Amino acid sequence: MKTFKGGIHPPEEKQLVKDNPIVDFPLSSRYHVLVQQHLGAPAKPTVKAGDEVKKGQVLSEPLGFVSVPVHAPTSGRVKEIGKIVHPVTGLLAPCVVIDADGCDEWAEGLPLERDPFAMSREELLNVIKTAGVVGMGGATFPTHVKLSPPKDKTIDTFIVNGAECEPYLSSDHRLMLEEPDRVLKGARVIMKVLGLERAVIAIEANKPDAIKLMWEKAPAEIQVEALKVKYPQGAEKQLINALTGREVPSGGLPMDVGAVVQNAGTCAAVWDACARGIPLIERITSVTGRGIVQPKNIRVRVGTLLGEVIDFCGGLNGAAKIIYGGPMMGIAQFTQDISIMKGTSGVLVLREQDTNITAYSACISCGRCVEACPMGLIPSVLSKLGEKGMFQKAVENNLLDCVECGSCTYVCPANRPIVHFVKHLKALSRAASAKK
Amino acid sequence: MKNISASNPAEDQAKEQASKLSVYVSSSPHVHSTEDVPWIMRQVIYALIPGALVGVYFFGIPALKVIVVGMVSCVVIEALWQKLTGNPITIKDGSAALTGLLLAMNLPSGAPWWLVVIGSLVAITIAKQFFGGIGNNPFNPALVGRVFLLISFPVAMTTWPEPRSFFSQAADAATGATPLGALKTAIFEHGTITAAPGMNLMDPFLGNVGGSLGEISALALILGGIYLIARRIITWHIPVVYIATVAVLTGILWLINPDVYANPAFHLVAGGLMLGAFFMATDMVTSPITNMGKVIFAIGCGAITVVIRLWGGYPEGVSFAILIMNAFVPLINRATKPTKFGVVR
Repeated sequence: MKTFKGGIHPPEEKQLVKDNPIVDFPLSSRYHVLVQQHLGAPAKPTVKAGDEVKKGQVLSEPLGFVSVPVHAPTSGRVKEIGKIVHPVTGLLAPCVVIDADGCDEWAEGLPLERDPFAMSREELLNVIKTAGVVGMGGATFPTHVKLSPPKDKTIDTFIVNGAECEPYLSSDHRLMLEEPDRVLKGARVIMKVLGLERAVIAIEANKPDAIKLMWEKAPAEIQVEALKVKYPQGAEKQLINALTGREVPSGGLPMDVGAVVQNAGTCAAVWDACARGIPLIERITSVTGRGIVQPKNIRVRVGTLLGEVIDFCGGLNGAAKIIYGGPMMGIAQFTQDISIMKGTSGVLVLREQDTNITAYSACISCGRCVEACPMGLIPSVLSKLGEKGMFQKAVENNLLDCVECGSCTYVCPANRPIVHFVKHLKALSRAASAKK
Repeated sequence: MKNISASNPAEDQAKEQASKLSVYVSSSPHVHSTEDVPWIMRQVIYALIPGALVGVYFFGIPALKVIVVGMVSCVVIEALWQKLTGNPITIKDGSAALTGLLLAMNLPSGAPWWLVVIGSLVAITIAKQFFGGIGNNPFNPALVGRVFLLISFPVAMTTWPEPRSFFSQAADAATGATPLGALKTAIFEHGTITAAPGMNLMDPFLGNVGGSLGEISALALILGGIYLIARRIITWHIPVVYIATVAVLTGILWLINPDVYANPAFHLVAGGLMLGAFFMATDMVTSPITNMGKVIFAIGCGAITVVIRLWGGYPEGVSFAILIMNAFVPLINRATKPTKFGVVR
């Protein structure tokens, strides 16, 4: 079975939620839609307090190419352009607060029916951008940008990422099981945009039901590939390496080796946008972990408050950590007053005994981090430099190649927070180059 | 439809109260392997038990005494040192206990208690804590302790009680030579090894020979080493390459002149090679971090061991070889950095 070099085998813990069918989260009375839900240039709100909005209506205007708008998750009235804690930065960020009118009425003309395969490449790219589609695996990079490689890059490989290598999470798994057509049709639209005849859908071998279903459903031009269960199998560079043997060059992008990777959820969102004109206003999220009473896979509107989601899943039970995303790369939250975003693939609630809160000690040079690092780095050296804030030396030791997958930190017997040191060093390095 | 609408300030405040969370916030990842430093140290100690038991079997209660004194004194000295210097006490990580056990296994069973304590003192303070404690010592602490004693107390350190069954221990055991010591003596006195006694292989393989109390049984040490490799505490690189280097070098010389050079099988089972290759050279702190580095390190250990055994003043060279190679670890680490992902090879 195909895989990459390095990596780790954390307990999968998917059994908590993987067999729970997707349930629709009920309509809320108020939504907090963050204006910045993507990686890249900011966007600016285009509505003001008191405006009536309909479901799917544009709420913001992207400022720049690498930027996308957000849309109203339901119909109602704009209460204010307020501020809410941003789950990624932890800082207050602008959001459009919408009081729902309960009618959940679509904007005019939505949803529509059209044949995306009759549309031109430019039309499709424009639809994907205006529908606010971003990478839904968590990185939230605008999808239209990834699908617009510069002319000098030849793309010959398109990979649908259904690996879902993060422990606990099952949102992509459920999507592939319950709505395989959205994923496969979206993949075919993307193939058309990229001008490719073939694609690969890659799934970790711990999802045999999804692999089987995709095998049955996939058209001849989409190949289904089972991957070895190993973290971080779904990381873009490792996935490309596993499937093609190519290595994305240091400092480069997948397009440099002719590859484009899109998450399974992103493919589904592309299909909704292109075939039905529906912007990205909802997603499938796994709410799981032993600190939540009833783990569920929910279809939830973007802008729903986390507190409501937790209540819907039976509330907290001995929660010690609340995480947006999975346990390996997710972001710990300090409040329930945050909203679900386009990139919220999971809400993970861990109890104290499920997580890791013990102090760290000196590096014993065991080399486990070196074995685990999928990027071929020496994480122990970076962690020692991190303690001293020596970012220049760290850059010489390939700091910027680190993808922060957390494999090194997971295996470190001295419990050193290596990813934390790496993030700290990267911030120091960024600050220093900004000064120049 | 769920209603949590909160449009008046009182409700807002109530909601804020209700949503006050007491949770941990830290960088990812949020889960961790259960294999921590104390677990690793425990595994190494478990792996040493067969070797230690053979030592106690052949050398009796004095051997057990050396082991207990070594372990207790190392732990106590580390705790005292850290208390005196105002540092956090880290004896729970198990590394001091392991150092004590390794030191004891590298001593003759007849070593008096004060000798063991001096060895512990040197190992823990000079070799380990002076450099900043666990993780920062360039040289293997147990070996520094042992070599210090060997140089300072040569007679006590080379008085080897004869092995006897545990059930027939005499009050004052006779002393004799180690297999490698006998070899060296024969070379010095006769210029050949043909006169050396006790050149059979089975005794040192099982442990029925004179020597440091923990080094005598190659079999018990190999079993422990296999456990460590199976548990993924160490990789095969250092022990296998170290042993193979000794085998190849002594094998070549033996083929050239078997009258002067003992056969390679004898060199493998005699002396401290197995203890050194599986347990001393593999010390994580003082060995290279990459597998390539480990191979280079092990070749160096093997070559120096052979040079000392065959042409040096001491009959055995494992301790010196490992300590000398410890000094090269930073250089080896620098020279064997892994190729990072995404670089044209």
